[in-house]
Amino acid sequence: MSTLTNLTLKIWRQDGPTGQGRFESHQIPEISDEASFLELLDILNERLIEEGKEAIVFDHDCREGICGTCSLMIDGQAHGPSKGAATCQIHMRTFNSGDEIVVEPWRAAAFPVIKDLMVDRAPLDRIIEAGGYITAPTGGAPDANLIPIPKPVADASMDAAACIGCGACVAACPNGAASLFTSAKLAHLNLLPQGQAERYKRAEAMVEKMDEYFGSCTNHGECQAACPKEISIDNIAIMNIDYLKSKFKNRKLLDR
Amino acid sequence: MAQTLNRGPVSGTAVKPPSKKKPFFVDFYSTAVGKKYVMAITGIIGIGFVIGHMIGNLKMYLGVVTEGDGRAYDIDIYGEFLRQILVPILPHGVFLWIMRFVLIGALVLHLHAAYSLTVLNRKARPVKYQTPRDYQVANFASRTMRWTGIIVVLFLAWHLADLTWGWANPDFVKGAVYRNLDTSLSRLPVAILYIVANIALGIHLFHGTWSLFQSLGWSSPRFNQWRRYLATGVATLVVVGNCSFPIAVQAGIIDYNPDAVTATQEAAP
Repeated sequence: MSTLTNLTLKIWRQDGPTGQGRFESHQIPEISDEASFLELLDILNERLIEEGKEAIVFDHDCREGICGTCSLMIDGQAHGPSKGAATCQIHMRTFNSGDEIVVEPWRAAAFPVIKDLMVDRAPLDRIIEAGGYITAPTGGAPDANLIPIPKPVADASMDAAACIGCGACVAACPNGAASLFTSAKLAHLNLLPQGQAERYKRAEAMVEKMDEYFGSCTNHGECQAACPKEISIDNIAIMNIDYLKSKFKNRKLLDR
Repeated sequence: MAQTLNRGPVSGTAVKPPSKKKPFFVDFYSTAVGKKYVMAITGIIGIGFVIGHMIGNLKMYLGVVTEGDGRAYDIDIYGEFLRQILVPILPHGVFLWIMRFVLIGALVLHLHAAYSLTVLNRKARPVKYQTPRDYQVANFASRTMRWTGIIVVLFLAWHLADLTWGWANPDFVKGAVYRNLDTSLSRLPVAILYIVANIALGIHLFHGTWSLFQSLGWSSPRFNQWRRYLATGVATLVVVGNCSFPIAVQAGIIDYNPDAVTATQEAAP
């Protein structure tokens, strides 16, 4: 265990959704390299409170990379410099003594800043509400393997279902698109037998809901690189083909 | 919390109330995913044209051939052939115009979709990041699509004025392809313009050819790794082929010689 010294944190402060934001610099004279990035912010906040200043507001919850609450743009990368990790899984050992670390909130029209580094990601919930579920009477627990699902299909669905809805894809996308999020949610259900009944209604509704808030995909692949769960952009291709099919199938069915 | 969240109605099913019936294309095109489909399909038409155009131009290197009782430049014969396709099912030049209309339509749709998606994307992030982004995988080609696209469109206007209408060519003779190309590309600034524009086109195709597979949902573990090779191949083929013409003219490999051909060739029907 060693110690990092003389860090400078350049942090975005904003009083409210309509406030004019600004950067604020804070010196961190000393921090353990085993501290997580959020612990660094905790320590800084304790100091600010002791000094009678307002603490920095940031989102966090589970701190083990499974809840998707933390959301920071660290040095120009969503969730910071580590691959396949959320902000809470970033440790100070990824930085060097004397570094200046820039922290910004995620920026998108759909993600207004609530305060400082906290943003409102409710539009992702709107997309889920549009069809990110199955309408099935659940009843009692079914027997195992009652519905046979080939292992590769279950794996592909599970990989998509790993999405924690943090919104890093939107933050990292140069266009502010939510294609990776929406496509992961679609692939999760559309690949499984239980998702088939509502497959095309779901594809149409979720893609069109996404359009109301977000930009469009231009296939940079930044979302995949930023995703803490390393969800593949292959899901976006699945979403696109399902959307096209849904436009044909839903029209045909409505015409009957 | 400073803001009250506005929750929409939560329905029990994914049923969307049937909206007003719009024609399929209009309905589909109104969404971003639909526009990306249009971008990809019109892009394929464009890639097909660009490659076909380049291969046709390679006839420049065949020089003079014997045609009937006279001698003519092979590319001039090819130019006339394009007007003769499907004659006598269609009148002279009609099929060429059909192809031109397809290309013009594809170009207009490609431009409109690109414009409206750009507007959408600008709106999706009104407040930019205040510090530089550290891009991980977005490459130069993907981030300059709009600029390379604009360069290609401007070049296209110049190219038509130069070698189709002849306004920008001081010594233009309609139908004498070899001669017009030589007189135009003998000007050094024009030759450089052609090379720069074709490199921009190559960069555009490098991202476009890869990207269209995603937009059309053509994704399969069987061929996904080949998409990058295909994009590199298409971009290289187009850049090398097209840039060879200005270089060949400047180097004197392509050099118009009025004595090499018989005068009858321009009187062809």
